Amino acid sequence: MAASGCRGVRSILWKYGSCGKNFCLSRSKTVPQLPVRQICVSSSLWKKNLAAAGPQKFTQEFIDKQVEEFEIGKRHLANMMGEDPETFTQEDIDRSIAYLFPSGLFEKRARPVMKHPDEIFPKQTAVQWDAEGRPFHFLFYTGRQSYYSLLHDVYEKILAMERHQDKMRNKGLFASETKQILLTGSRWQLKEEIEEYLVENISDHGYMRLIQLLEKLLSMPYCSLEEDFILKFRKQLEVQSSKHEIPALQHDPQGVAFSVADGRRKTAKASITLRDSGSGNITINGRNYLHCFPLLQDREQLMFPLHFVGMLGRFDVEGSVEGSGHSAQAGALRLAISRALLSFVSEGEVERMRQAGLLTADPRIRERKKPGQEGARKKFTWKKR
Amino acid sequence: MAAGVLPRVRQVLRSPRLVSAVFSCHGQTFSSAAAAPDTAATEKILNFPLTQPDYFHLSELFTIKDLFEARVHLGHKKGCRHRLMEPYLFGSRLDTDIIDLEQTAEHLQRALNFTAHVAYRGGIILFVSRRRQFGHLIETTARECGEYAHTRYWKGGLLTNASIQYSPGVRLPDLILFFSTLNNVFQQHVGIRDAAKMNIPTMGIVDSNCNPSLITYPVPGNDDTPVAMEMYCRLFKMTINRAKDKRRQMELLKGISASV
Repeated sequence: MAASGCRGVRSILWKYGSCGKNFCLSRSKTVPQLPVRQICVSSSLWKKNLAAAGPQKFTQEFIDKQVEEFEIGKRHLANMMGEDPETFTQEDIDRSIAYLFPSGLFEKRARPVMKHPDEIFPKQTAVQWDAEGRPFHFLFYTGRQSYYSLLHDVYEKILAMERHQDKMRNKGLFASETKQILLTGSRWQLKEEIEEYLVENISDHGYMRLIQLLEKLLSMPYCSLEEDFILKFRKQLEVQSSKHEIPALQHDPQGVAFSVADGRRKTAKASITLRDSGSGNITINGRNYLHCFPLLQDREQLMFPLHFVGMLGRFDVEGSVEGSGHSAQAGALRLAISRALLSFVSEGEVERMRQAGLLTADPRIRERKKPGQEGARKKFTWKKR
Repeated sequence: MAAGVLPRVRQVLRSPRLVSAVFSCHGQTFSSAAAAPDTAATEKILNFPLTQPDYFHLSELFTIKDLFEARVHLGHKKGCRHRLMEPYLFGSRLDTDIIDLEQTAEHLQRALNFTAHVAYRGGIILFVSRRRQFGHLIETTARECGEYAHTRYWKGGLLTNASIQYSPGVRLPDLILFFSTLNNVFQQHVGIRDAAKMNIPTMGIVDSNCNPSLITYPVPGNDDTPVAMEMYCRLFKMTINRAKDKRRQMELLKGISASV
């Protein structure tokens, strides 16, 4: 209706406008031609574009207020629980909340939680410019200031090293066999780790470029001058054998040394006591192992760890095992014997045993049967028609 | 002498008008220096340098002989020549184009003068170049001046989509200096067009294979030789430092006179 009314007005104005042309030019100024604009009335204009807004941003005042409320709440909680507000730690808070708000939810992250706001609200980059609007970092306008400034620094070090090399050559003190940095037992930090360090996203190409520059730095003769800087980007690999838990060596009232260890394979659970008596008997579940394991293969599995370290006749093995079948029981016992042996054996032997696979638990379990299939993998007969 | 006076008068007329035009049509919030000055002293500090043709005495920083020794006059071969660079060329010798150093000196003087005025008024200056050979030198120069540099891959919307690329409320550069107007594939750098779109004045060292059209203060010169680039970096660094020192001096004087 408004549109038709509009059109009506427009037609009247057009008539006046055309009449106006017959008069002298000054007349046309009194009746201006109003442009008709179709105003867009769709809701997409005033609705907030939620996708384009990005992740929610919290102001610094809001976060400060949250921190204040947290501190006050912590003291209230301590008073409620009858404890000292001054020495109320995060563990105490977690315990109190679990007591006051018991929750049977399986998802731990859905349970009620009271933590410091810094752990709850995601870390946001602080404002990067001063009061006049001038950014703090000289590479701000590249968009990736930390990454590019890192590249800049590494290149600067390369140039400095070349100048140092030239100076030494001029003085005649250049020595090609200078101290090298030890790189064994460490690896370059992964892209994710460097992203965490720089608090910025890097592309794969960018990561490769950084590693190339660091390798170039390493290839120079005087790289030992920048050892600390380079080692910041190398991660030490843990020595695998040190991760093994060696069972404590205990002693009998008679003075005989023994150790106890457990092992598992499929659903079989085994427990072994290794006594340093010097006989070489193996007793499982109170019976001789010949009766328990008539099959040679199973007995070989029991023998293998002792045979590997060469202490076949030294130990007395006493064990119990339950569950699963004979082969799994033998495997469980083997693992338990190997673990018990760790306390009688040297460091180098431990590494040898680890590399032989004696200390690795076999993770294979029975795969479940799926519906629509005969078994775990076997399908029903396929008929073409 | 009259001929010498006229370009200088033209320069005086050009720079304040352009500077004021730039600061008025630059849409973003500009520096506190250009915002409404409250006291007469601040007005004097800001407006007095604009009345002088060479307030910072930049003509003493270089001579045509220095430019020649830095091999600024060497252009590319005849086949690489850009049509629009022909007015700036002196001629060609053995197919190599020679840039007219008298014109270069004039243009360089104008560019340095403008840079000095921008730095004096607390403007943000961005050094841009896409030549890998000189990237480190330019970044170091920018850091030593206290200004900003971008010698890396230029992402699409850095200037035109700034509020999303950085954060809302970011201040864009007030002057962009291109130490080489071409990118690594011998095409015009995207920043020139983007700066023109955002009304940001640009200065560019245009070699004989570059297009000088969209650049506000083109400086015809060699952008391939290390000696030439080092000279340009040195000149711009000295200009910016001089302008900033002058500003600090004037602020101190104003502080002293206000307390008195």
